[in-house]
Amino acid sequence: MGVIQVQEPGLFTTVQDLGREGFGAMGVSASGAADAISLRLGNRMVGNHEGAAGLEMTLLGGMFTFLEGALLALTGSDFGATLDGKPVELWSSFEAKAGQTLRLGPTRTGARCYLCVQGGIAVELFLGSASTHILSGLGGNEGRALQKGDALKIGAERGAIHERRLTARALKELQPRKVLRVTKGPQSDWFPESARRLFYESRYRVAEESNRMGIRLEGAIVPVPSGGEMISEGVSLGAIQVPEGGKPIILFVEQQTTGGYPKIANVISADLHSLGQLRPRDEIRFERVDWETARALLREQEKLMASEDLISG
Amino acid sequence: MATASGGARFEFASDQSLLVYFDELKETSRAESGPPQGEKGRAQARPLQSQIALQANEKVRKLLRLLELEPVAGVRNVHPAYCSLLVKFDGLRFRHHEVESILRGYLERLEEIKLPEPRLLEIPVCYGGEFGPDLAEVCAIRGLTRAQVIELHASAEYLVYFLGFVPGFAYLGELSEALVTPRLAVPRRRVPAGSVGIAGNQTGVYPFATPGGWRLIGRTPVAMFRDEREGFSLLAIGDRVRFAPISAERFGELEKEWA
Repeated sequence: MGVIQVQEPGLFTTVQDLGREGFGAMGVSASGAADAISLRLGNRMVGNHEGAAGLEMTLLGGMFTFLEGALLALTGSDFGATLDGKPVELWSSFEAKAGQTLRLGPTRTGARCYLCVQGGIAVELFLGSASTHILSGLGGNEGRALQKGDALKIGAERGAIHERRLTARALKELQPRKVLRVTKGPQSDWFPESARRLFYESRYRVAEESNRMGIRLEGAIVPVPSGGEMISEGVSLGAIQVPEGGKPIILFVEQQTTGGYPKIANVISADLHSLGQLRPRDEIRFERVDWETARALLREQEKLMASEDLISG
Repeated sequence: MATASGGARFEFASDQSLLVYFDELKETSRAESGPPQGEKGRAQARPLQSQIALQANEKVRKLLRLLELEPVAGVRNVHPAYCSLLVKFDGLRFRHHEVESILRGYLERLEEIKLPEPRLLEIPVCYGGEFGPDLAEVCAIRGLTRAQVIELHASAEYLVYFLGFVPGFAYLGELSEALVTPRLAVPRRRVPAGSVGIAGNQTGVYPFATPGGWRLIGRTPVAMFRDEREGFSLLAIGDRVRFAPISAERFGELEKEWA
């Protein structure tokens, strides 16, 4: 069984797959890769099933040595990766020989870079998923971010090695967006018309304290509806809640399952992966779409993801 | 986007989820109850009137039960709460109204659903001191002695309305009228795991160290969310809970025993 030696963990690197759906009644949110599209594509490039576990690096990548040969792919943002000093390309699978070291640096583009390895990262599953749940300290590699000296096992499943590369067209269409499309939130009618207009007309800045639980926004203060509070209810991934104080928060992959703040909007499913690439201080804005458009965009995205010519051999 | 159906109301939550509300009177849903991480400054009134909440919550539990007994392919997850259920579904497979019509069929059968006999669990709590830093303030706010607060909190039997916020966090009600206290104006950045808090007419135990705005009156050495061998969450929706006062010495012993 192959092993990845963690020489440097990077800023915040966790084992992630596509998460664990189905445990909301226990208060457990789905979690999973912040940019699921990138993880899915990376896995396909190394011959894995889309939901195999990979490493999610945040803002600053790590340094990893492969004790045996491994087929790898890097997807998501450009962290200036080199293999034994030689630059390696994103969105294209490549081979690391036994003893070679992959080094990643600070991001040159978005927030997250994924390292996928043929066979996937092998960890004990928690509620059916390899995804690290930081808050509860469960899942992934010992329920925490990687540390120097960790040794990660590579799964045994491996098919034939053949190089694969994402097509330019796919790369363009799956480009993360800074204008996020949203549908109306379940309490959007509670907000006065002026508050909604302000929300859609303003640019927001991603706050430093954003993480996998929530993306906190700075910018125009959204007047909170009078009464302000409501009875806690289930909240969706990508829900934009406005707590007292009027600074919107986008609930993200490791979200709380229920919340008591009114939600003005919800990021559409087709744009959720874009949230995973938002860095602190990035500027974003919101564009309202109707339910049909949101559905059509998701269908289009999944059609593209399912197409045969997405990745060239 | 809201439509009513046999005491239930549907609302689109996202492009792949919808909310089923059993709150009947829309007015009541503007009342109280924020998440236990707080982040709010305003002291709030009570949540829904208890009778409404109980009846609505029973419907939530019955619908949840029916969805467990007869899962709908394409429904990925459900998040129950006091008087609503969030249903997450596969948007490539379903449109909202299709999920809604399946759920309407389920709602018509709620009467026939029997909920399992509730389990009664006892959670040992060491009240006050470093474990319950807000106990003195609760006494002051409510004009009660320390012993009275403990007695009031530990003598009631609570219902697990739902688990939410974080894994294993049970929203327990109802707190004795005499103990109803607003949450902290400024939430703590970190509440130790096991802390027992009160807010409005709710009480609960923080399973993990998280930010929190509930007033802390004690702490339990019991792990609220454990590993697989122990079935993960100690409490489940619909369970009944009592708190049993223990000394600091006993807390230490139990902590060691269960470590």
